[in-house]
Amino acid sequence: MTVTARQAGLVACTRCGRVWPADVHTCARCGAPLSSRDPGALQRVWAWWIAGLVVYIPANVYPMLITRTLNYSSEATILGGVIELLSHGDVLVALVVFVASILIPVGKFIAIGFLALSVEKRRWMSEHGQHRLHAVVEFIGRWSMIDVFVVAILASLVRFDAVATINPGIAAVSFALSVAFTMLAAQSFDPRTIWDD
Amino acid sequence: MRRPADTAPLPDRAKMAAVAGAPLERLRACPHCDALHVLPDLGPRERASCSRCHALLVAPRSRALSRIIALALTALILMAAAVMMPFLDLTEAGMHSRASVMDAVMAFSRGAMAPLSIAVGALIVVIPALRLALVLYVLAPMLGGGAPWPRAGQAFRLANALKPWSMAEIFMIGVAVALVKVAGLASVTPGPAFWAFCGLVLVTVLHDNVMDNESIWQAIETREKAARGEGDGKTDPLAAPPRGVRA
Ligand SMILES: [Zn+2]
Ligand SMILES: [Zn+2]
Repeated sequence: MTVTARQAGLVACTRCGRVWPADVHTCARCGAPLSSRDPGALQRVWAWWIAGLVVYIPANVYPMLITRTLNYSSEATILGGVIELLSHGDVLVALVVFVASILIPVGKFIAIGFLALSVEKRRWMSEHGQHRLHAVVEFIGRWSMIDVFVVAILASLVRFDAVATINPGIAAVSFALSVAFTMLAAQSFDPRTIWDD
Repeated sequence: MRRPADTAPLPDRAKMAAVAGAPLERLRACPHCDALHVLPDLGPRERASCSRCHALLVAPRSRALSRIIALALTALILMAAAVMMPFLDLTEAGMHSRASVMDAVMAFSRGAMAPLSIAVGALIVVIPALRLALVLYVLAPMLGGGAPWPRAGQAFRLANALKPWSMAEIFMIGVAVALVKVAGLASVTPGPAFWAFCGLVLVTVLHDNVMDNESIWQAIETREKAARGEGDGKTDPLAAPPRGVRA
């Protein structure tokens, strides 16, 4: 059995770890607002989760990259880009893009949704399992931004006026928003509630 | 807190008593699971993790502030170089196309996508630079044992909060993917900014690795107190060792 700050009648700062009497509202060491358990956390998680899911749909439907050369013009979605890389035999890079742009975002929606539900329902997974899942989601979520940077580099680099140009598609915006929103969803989650009885 | 292997866990009652008897300044709660711990005295190579969720809590790696400051400063200079110098050069059938880091940022600047340009600029240049600048603001005044500048705590908290949004290393992976994509189309030559950016990513990793948040927090707290005439300065982990003793 462990003693938590809350059981000891204290409130802990999640930003710097310092512990204060329960009636203190601001951490004197780092200035962060203190709350033993954030009552609005779960609501914010769901709000960011839904916002992220809503913008993730157009991110997959609309083009990410628009390529124009002398004799043809093509538009590629996220999945289209992966398939194109595969068709050129760049398996490793195709895998990187697939993991960053499809596997991680989808896995993240499932994982955050699961964590938010299991805090209410309990016993779906051990506390250590949930803790590890949250740590992985927090660590890995930001890496989804890779594809946005790929588009930025290609669009700024491939500018041979009439001969060949690459332009960013609108999906880049909704995909970047989706990554940011799911990062905020994961950050809003209060991992201390995993361990509460 | 748990020291790896060498110390057996305290029995519950003893742990309760230890926690209850310790002054508030010596208690820390795990930010992940709220478990209370008494701060242990750790040597430079030791680390302490949470007894409940095993998250790493304290790892006093380097007490030399000068090393962190030097790394942050180097990273900032590399960032300046990366922004100002040519980044990539594309050649195809006698035609040239160049892109700097700023060109990549401005890739979305036309039309409705303009806000994305601001976001990309923030993620790959502004936030990484701001984070390093905040660390310098916090640590540089404390280098000679001096008191921190005003609002050092807030500045350090902001520096930590910005960490997930500082995406220079993710940008470099994006560059690698983009290079594979254009490889069939044209030949690419990396410019000095490319190498500066690679260096920046490496130095930032080193910088994050030598920094121990808990000892910096303690130094800020102790020295702010000392500057106000409170406390005895004994809990300052970054204080200079006594004369004749090598750190
Ligand atoms: Zn604090
Ligand atoms: Zn813990």
